[in-house]
Amino acid sequence: MELDINKLENDFQARIDAGENIEPKSWMPEKYRKTHIRQISQHGHSEIVGMLPEGNWITRAPSLRRKVGLLAKVQDEAGHGLYLYSAAETLGISRDELFHQLHTGKAKYSSIFNYPTLSWADIGAIGWLVDGAAIINQVMLTRTSYGPYARAMVRICKEESFHQRQGYEMMLTLCAGTPAQKEMAQDALNRFWWPSIMMFGPRDEESPHTEQAMKWKIKLKTNDELRQQFIDITVPQAEILGLTIPDPDLKWNEETGHYDHGPIDWDEFWQVVKGNGRCNKERLGARVKAWDDGEWVRDAAMAFAEKKEKSKEAKKAS
Amino acid sequence: MENKLYDYILSLGDNSLILGHRLSELCGHGPSLETDIALTNISLDLYGQVRNYFQYAAELAGEDASEDSIAFLRTDRQHKNVWLVEQPNEDFGHVICRQFLFDSFHMPLMKQLCESKDERISAIAKKSIKESSYHERFSSEWMKRLGAGTEVSNQKVQAALDHLYPFVNEFFQETPLDKEMKENGIGGDLPAIKEVYFKNVHALLLEAGLTIPEPDWRQTDGKLGYHSEHLGFILAELQYMQRSYPNSDW
Repeated sequence: MELDINKLENDFQARIDAGENIEPKSWMPEKYRKTHIRQISQHGHSEIVGMLPEGNWITRAPSLRRKVGLLAKVQDEAGHGLYLYSAAETLGISRDELFHQLHTGKAKYSSIFNYPTLSWADIGAIGWLVDGAAIINQVMLTRTSYGPYARAMVRICKEESFHQRQGYEMMLTLCAGTPAQKEMAQDALNRFWWPSIMMFGPRDEESPHTEQAMKWKIKLKTNDELRQQFIDITVPQAEILGLTIPDPDLKWNEETGHYDHGPIDWDEFWQVVKGNGRCNKERLGARVKAWDDGEWVRDAAMAFAEKKEKSKEAKKAS
Repeated sequence: MENKLYDYILSLGDNSLILGHRLSELCGHGPSLETDIALTNISLDLYGQVRNYFQYAAELAGEDASEDSIAFLRTDRQHKNVWLVEQPNEDFGHVICRQFLFDSFHMPLMKQLCESKDERISAIAKKSIKESSYHERFSSEWMKRLGAGTEVSNQKVQAALDHLYPFVNEFFQETPLDKEMKENGIGGDLPAIKEVYFKNVHALLLEAGLTIPEPDWRQTDGKLGYHSEHLGFILAELQYMQRSYPNSDW
């Protein structure tokens, strides 16, 4: 028996090494399945919780064009949540169960969404920085080994890159605007810069899952590599905007061909992960409230569908 | 005439503006992802209509008017929407019921406006009618689901209906402007819509197992600029940025 499992695991790894996709019906090690449920659902939850900080500004958007753009963007995130939950469902977990894990704190979502959106410029900064950071992760995931996840990512990436351009364009408009608008843009960058670079997760030496994840091609690059890639792309974009990145140690390193950056406040990162960020309680509370308030609606829809089904059957029988 | 046409366009656009705003408040808070996406879609459609109406109105107004100055820089008294669309999102029952009562009016109005002698209004109506027909289907289906789903859902949607029904008559309150626009072949024929409206609405409510309310009062005058207290708060949010940072591009 053990030999069989060893053989299955070896064959499985050989398929991944050969660049083949793993599909829902393929045999997979239990740990691979569980790791994927965790990662895909965490990603799905991030999309859904991520609707809240941006949703916070929909009713106050400063122009009709911006309002429509923001509404459509937040709606896209709901759509991404749907694809991702569907991808997770192929691994044998229900959507209700996924929500239960989110609502009880068992499942996590990206910590960035526990920061408040205090001004309209935050919406631009989130598009530019948060979606920008997300894309770097997600482009990598289009080549991940689990088929349904990789395919969901292809579609999500297209929309995310549109969101990122939209966010950057908002920042360009603000920075070309009045002094008050530019100040608003700088303030948003000041507050979102560090949380954005924390989005790539802990330093490599403190990321115990990385090695296994790379072996299974869930990850193709380490957290620090992805973080560096993001910083290298983003610094020149900030220069074009005429904004200052709030890191006095940030400087170009001729030798490495990368930007060096100052120390990240990992205490803050872990505090937010643990639930002590500025908006953790509000964000989760809003999701739980939407779910609880919606229970009677979901029950009604289910009961109505059952009644319709029964009356169809009765008609057939008569 | 241009001033009156301007006012008439605003009266069409304001219903979509305020209802679009109410629906947009729900984005991210729906009872399921599917309904969240659908309600946001309706909000987006309504804002699309608003932009078409207000861009046209801005052209008529000339000078510095724009879709945004019309959407964000008017006082409550200058808004021509009906009270129904201002009503808050108490629960999903209220949201669906408000939508259903609005769509049942909006759809026949759009049908009529497709034939408007004003080409721009007709073009906007022709574009909007596809969306309105989808909205009407969505809200009617949900009325049936909630009405005939469970005892709880029936009670909740009935309570919403009882609360909102006194507002519907305002759709058919013909202001002097409505009359003039109808006579010029530009605007809708409200008494004609009224007949279809109650026939369709009653049929659907009965099918959904709901009791048709018989309100002993009728709300009026939103179209004349007299609104509920809710509108002031809607405008406070809607206009916050434009009022705080005047003359800025976004």
